[in-house]
Amino acid sequence: MKKTGAQILWECLVREGVTDVFGYPGGAILPAYDAMLEYPIRHVLVRHEQGATHMADGYARASGRVGVAIATSGPGATNMVTGIATAMMDSSPIVCITGQVGSKLIGSDAFQETDITGITLPITKHNYLVTSAAEIAPAIREAFAVAASGRPGPVLVDITKDAQQGTAEFDWDAAEPHLTEALDAALPGDDDHREALALINAAERPLILAGHGVMLSGAEREIVALAERGQIPIAVTLLGIGGVPASHPLNLGMMGMHGEAWVNSAIQEADLLIALGMRFDDRVTGNLKTYAVHARKIHVDIDRAELNKNVRVDVAIAADLKAVVAEWLPGVQRVDRSTWLKRIDGLKGDSAVRDIQNLPDNGHLYAAHVINDLWRLTKGGAVVVTDVGQHQMWEAQYYKHDRPRSLITSGGLGTMGFALPAAIGAKIACPEAEVWVVAGDGGFQMTMAELATAMQERLDLNIAIINNGYLGMVRQWQEFFYDKRYAATPLSGPDFVKLAEAFGCWSTAVTHRSEVERAVEAARRQPRPAVIDFRVEQEDSVYPMVPAGADLHKMIRRPSPLVETGAD
Amino acid sequence: MIHTFVVYVDNKPGVLNRVASLFRRRGFNIESLTVGRTEEPGVSRMTVVVDTDSYGARRLEANLYKLVPVRRVDDITGAPSIVRDLALIKVAATGEARTHVMQLVDVYRARVVDVSPESLVIEATGTEDKIDSLLEVLRPYGVKEMVRTGRVAMARGSARPAGAAAPAAGDLVPDDVSNCSV
Repeated sequence: MKKTGAQILWECLVREGVTDVFGYPGGAILPAYDAMLEYPIRHVLVRHEQGATHMADGYARASGRVGVAIATSGPGATNMVTGIATAMMDSSPIVCITGQVGSKLIGSDAFQETDITGITLPITKHNYLVTSAAEIAPAIREAFAVAASGRPGPVLVDITKDAQQGTAEFDWDAAEPHLTEALDAALPGDDDHREALALINAAERPLILAGHGVMLSGAEREIVALAERGQIPIAVTLLGIGGVPASHPLNLGMMGMHGEAWVNSAIQEADLLIALGMRFDDRVTGNLKTYAVHARKIHVDIDRAELNKNVRVDVAIAADLKAVVAEWLPGVQRVDRSTWLKRIDGLKGDSAVRDIQNLPDNGHLYAAHVINDLWRLTKGGAVVVTDVGQHQMWEAQYYKHDRPRSLITSGGLGTMGFALPAAIGAKIACPEAEVWVVAGDGGFQMTMAELATAMQERLDLNIAIINNGYLGMVRQWQEFFYDKRYAATPLSGPDFVKLAEAFGCWSTAVTHRSEVERAVEAARRQPRPAVIDFRVEQEDSVYPMVPAGADLHKMIRRPSPLVETGAD
Repeated sequence: MIHTFVVYVDNKPGVLNRVASLFRRRGFNIESLTVGRTEEPGVSRMTVVVDTDSYGARRLEANLYKLVPVRRVDDITGAPSIVRDLALIKVAATGEARTHVMQLVDVYRARVVDVSPESLVIEATGTEDKIDSLLEVLRPYGVKEMVRTGRVAMARGSARPAGAAAPAAGDLVPDDVSNCSV
């Protein structure tokens, strides 16, 4: 049946299971927008195309489905670059559709023309320039397959205006993608399994390093089973949080630059690291020359290019994590590792001292207390979407996540402004979930226009602004490493309460600890977006900290009497 | 160490750019790159020469496979192969020098493909060493202009057909250089 390219686009999206798209119209994408009205798809109008990409990303991270963003050519497309790079770094499956000028105009510097496929080459898994209606279906089908398969990631499809307007025979089946085997998970040989099991069973101080791959693979149960069978403790990366319940006794907590001190010490003392679905990012390893030098290493990741990239390992397996660990389980011996576990417990120190609730506030409002209180008040059951900076690290430390996909945060790229739009995407993907934005005043200001989107979509979103009047993380670095020379870090902002109300949201400010509970409960009761301006202590730092490039065990600790036994 | 990769790619617009861009952003320096058609329609073959160690070579290969248009990557560095470079060399040659130059051309089994009053153009194919050597002996006469294609290479013996699927990850054991097992 003959259809226009624009119609074919929506036919394909509907058949790919797309129910929501995030976008912003414009000249080169107009034919597509016109055809959209005939299709059962919810379109969320954003305020900036960067917001559209973060929404698609948040949607994907919350649900596991492919998120879709759509924009016009030129500036619409280039505004998507940051969001695409964000999704690329965190392996998030999104498809971005951009309009393009007519195919005959390409290369002529036409109005709103940019070479977006050239620009996004390094930050997409793949991209397509579609110049005729007949190419649309194969490109879209392949785009979705590429985005979702293997290691997920962003794909961009650039469709010229004449391709949207032209007509072609729509044949869904003929457009089926044929991706080469290299994109699917390959199977490890028996030798690899045997070697891995031998190392695991012989280890006296083994440690599982669990990353984002645990959730991407759906291997949550298998990892816990592995840990319980072998009595092997688990450390998680930032993006691995939620893959193993925080409350599980074998879950030690987050590793890395702002990870728990005992976790980093345990890594340096281990004799075997079992790295599952993580990529030894520099935030996690510190100085590679001194990283876990006493440990043998097993590395399982679906992306072969990650194996032996940063860290040389003894057994490298490029395969789907869930399948590999399931294969291992019968061969994992129940070994008594109580000495090792006791050793780590000793590193943790006195738990009463560690509890952030016991850190005296001396009348100040500390971000860590706000976040820990939020955790208690939501009973740890919210989907929390953070922005980037100190508040992000405090959230990772003090909000304990037990469920997968309940922490959504920009790890690899560290994109400020991510939180609000990503939360909108998450809420639309999971309307039943309680969704909290936790953002700093800096990051919030970057994409705060999306409050209008949240209002237009009538979303029950809760927004906590950790407002300290600084670019906090940068200020911390300036305090530690640049002699407190606060170059361009003091940050003034609007009265967030008035701003939120101007958008039509409910809002209140909190300046004292005693006000936190009432504000949080009031926000939760609001059916429309609720913004709480938490005016927190200005010069506060995240501890512990492994300075960039320093040895992982050489952490800067909180300077207070509470620090001796491993707190913070 | 110099590695030679043969990369089979879909013959689609922009593929050369994708591959070259990958080398750039992963920090690999391309010594030479050639690309052309193969016996199979729609498939092109690139010969890329890179200076890297064995870990870098394997990383490069894994990254190449992540590109959608890449069908197959062979690291033929270790394998016995035929390696050729083609050069066109314009040499100043008048009077007696002309005879000398033409004798040298014979010795190297190269050919004169252009004659003018002031110069000759010599076409030479062979290993890079052979071409380097020819250039050395021609230099005293005055090399006015030179172009080289860079290395093309093919493994000796029977080869797998182009466009075949990638090897399973199980074949990729850390110390194995070549994963072309046929």
